[in-house]
Amino acid sequence: MKRFAQLLSFTVVLLAASLTNAAEPIKIGALFSVTGPPSFLGEPERNTAQMVVDEINKAGGIKGRPLQLIVYDTTGDATKAVQLANKLIKDDHVLAIIGPSTTGETMAVKSVTEKEQIPLISCAAGSKITDPVNPWTFKTAQNDGLAVARIFEHLQSRKLSKVAILTVSDGFGSSGREQLKSQALKYGMTLVVDDTYGPKDTDMTAQLTKIRGSEAQAIICWGTNPGPAIIAKNIKQLGITLPVYMSHGVSSKKFIELAGDASEGIILPSGKVIVADFLPAADAQKQALVAYVQGYKQKYGVAGDHFGGHAWDALMLLKKAIEQGGETSATLREQLEKISAFAGIGGVFTFSGQDHAGLTQEAFVLVQVKNKDWALVE
Amino acid sequence: MDFSQQLTQYLLSGLATGAIYALIGIGFAIIYNSTGIINFAQGELVMIGGMLGVYLLERWQVPLFLAVLLAIVGTACVGVLFERLAIRPLRQPTPLSLVIITIGGSILLRGIAMLLWGKDTHALPSFSGDAPLAVAGATLLPQHLWIFALTILLITATKLFFQYTITGKALRACAVNRRAAGLVGIDVRRMVLFSFFISAAIGALAGIIIAPLTMTSYDVGIMLGLKGFCAAIIGGMSSGIGTVLGGILLGILESLGAGLISSGYKDAIAFIILLLILFLRPQGLFSRGESERV
Repeated sequence: MKRFAQLLSFTVVLLAASLTNAAEPIKIGALFSVTGPPSFLGEPERNTAQMVVDEINKAGGIKGRPLQLIVYDTTGDATKAVQLANKLIKDDHVLAIIGPSTTGETMAVKSVTEKEQIPLISCAAGSKITDPVNPWTFKTAQNDGLAVARIFEHLQSRKLSKVAILTVSDGFGSSGREQLKSQALKYGMTLVVDDTYGPKDTDMTAQLTKIRGSEAQAIICWGTNPGPAIIAKNIKQLGITLPVYMSHGVSSKKFIELAGDASEGIILPSGKVIVADFLPAADAQKQALVAYVQGYKQKYGVAGDHFGGHAWDALMLLKKAIEQGGETSATLREQLEKISAFAGIGGVFTFSGQDHAGLTQEAFVLVQVKNKDWALVE
Repeated sequence: MDFSQQLTQYLLSGLATGAIYALIGIGFAIIYNSTGIINFAQGELVMIGGMLGVYLLERWQVPLFLAVLLAIVGTACVGVLFERLAIRPLRQPTPLSLVIITIGGSILLRGIAMLLWGKDTHALPSFSGDAPLAVAGATLLPQHLWIFALTILLITATKLFFQYTITGKALRACAVNRRAAGLVGIDVRRMVLFSFFISAAIGALAGIIIAPLTMTSYDVGIMLGLKGFCAAIIGGMSSGIGTVLGGILLGILESLGAGLISSGYKDAIAFIILLLILFLRPQGLFSRGESERV
């Protein structure tokens, strides 16, 4: 018995020693809507964040300190997101927070993080998150406006100017609609039909019949699955032959799978993730993209998408800023603003005191569905 | 493209959507008529039918028509289980507690479907191709013809079943007076179980034949269920032609509303009609006073 006690105390001492030896972990909070309606964003984001943290820790952490990721599920609810943000800051004492997944939640959470002076790197797309700029709020998802600009540029080059828009009546669609309307003038576009559909609608032939009867030269549809897939099928059913543009909201293989043959020829702006393999070797993002897509596939069985990419970017930007010397919340914020030409998944980020979104429209490429796969549009 | 052609397209699209609503509505009506329960989990049964079909087809590579059949049987079993586990154990069923139970059941079924099959949207291949058919300047898909045909077949079958078979008559007897039906030797509880079986099977069929058009995912049941409920209410909860007309009326109004006014009002139209009917003609548009409903 005495021997046992000796052994025990020895182990305890050993354990305690090893504990004090190990560097203290860097705590990063994460708010993602892993469940709930925006789970198509939150789930790949959570998976990606976990994967990135595991990789960083396997490689020895950041400056010898391991990363500790604390993930909470907001279920897409802004009130919950705010409570969880408070918990991350006050109970978990995190250095910085990544997420939330949606614009609505981010707008609610950012008031908390700004007050508590904790850097927030949102994974949502809404341009109002970083416009006007607040010192503590950054984001990684590409602005909708950049995607709209890409489409309008392409229409201009085809000498088409009369456009029908069909947008989904949720946050994503209405933000796209605002951008489409506000940028139309700049590119000399006339919106001859401006119609919407509900996120759960199952038939859009009525709206499309109206478009068919108008003088539109092209259709732009703004939504996330499954609506646009139904619209693609309806367009084919009605025999409409106008060029069809969609948003980056459907830039995943899932869209082609759902719409089948009806997706053929549709053009959309997309982050470079889905065409990683086709990018020229000189592309600054190629290395990161290919590594991410394959790493995700190895771990989770499906290819990484651009939603998960937002979390990859958020964590890697944090890592870079910490490596540059941002070890407290205040210095971290300063270092984030100094990051320039960082090639991530969503694009090449250059933050500054005036720009906390960091991307240009080069972040988007135009892709077209050809033979049930994506092809780059020149 | 002239206006009359547009109008034909609106009407035809409305007819197609309406037939879907009607199919779902009939499921509501059958259970209501034999038990007095409004089964708010009906939409979830539609979803399970579609998802089960997709699952069998994609995972097990079952041939399409076998998958349809198996999905219908599977969903009917879910309907039976639901009745046995959630409805029958109730000691004193009041309308309110039944409504709450079926709503709770629908949330449970949705959650199980989400855990089993994930949150992705799935599409079934069309039964007979995607080549559009031209009808008087408007277009339809072959899948729409399947929907029309099955709706007509189903209405006729339920009509014949309720009119001419012993079980059908027994179900009607339960609808008229449960106590009296029990006194003449009808096993009322078995009839209730049976009505859940039929309407789950019909719901599953609806879920599968619309999946090539509307896609399916774990959460399609809510909206489809509500629209089907609207159709059944407009039709005065009849399990025959009334609900079909109700569904078609709803579909056409939605389509015209979206095409001529604004698509923003599409769902509002459905629910305004629902409220108006409930206020003004609770017995439905097509029935005269308290008549037999089966």
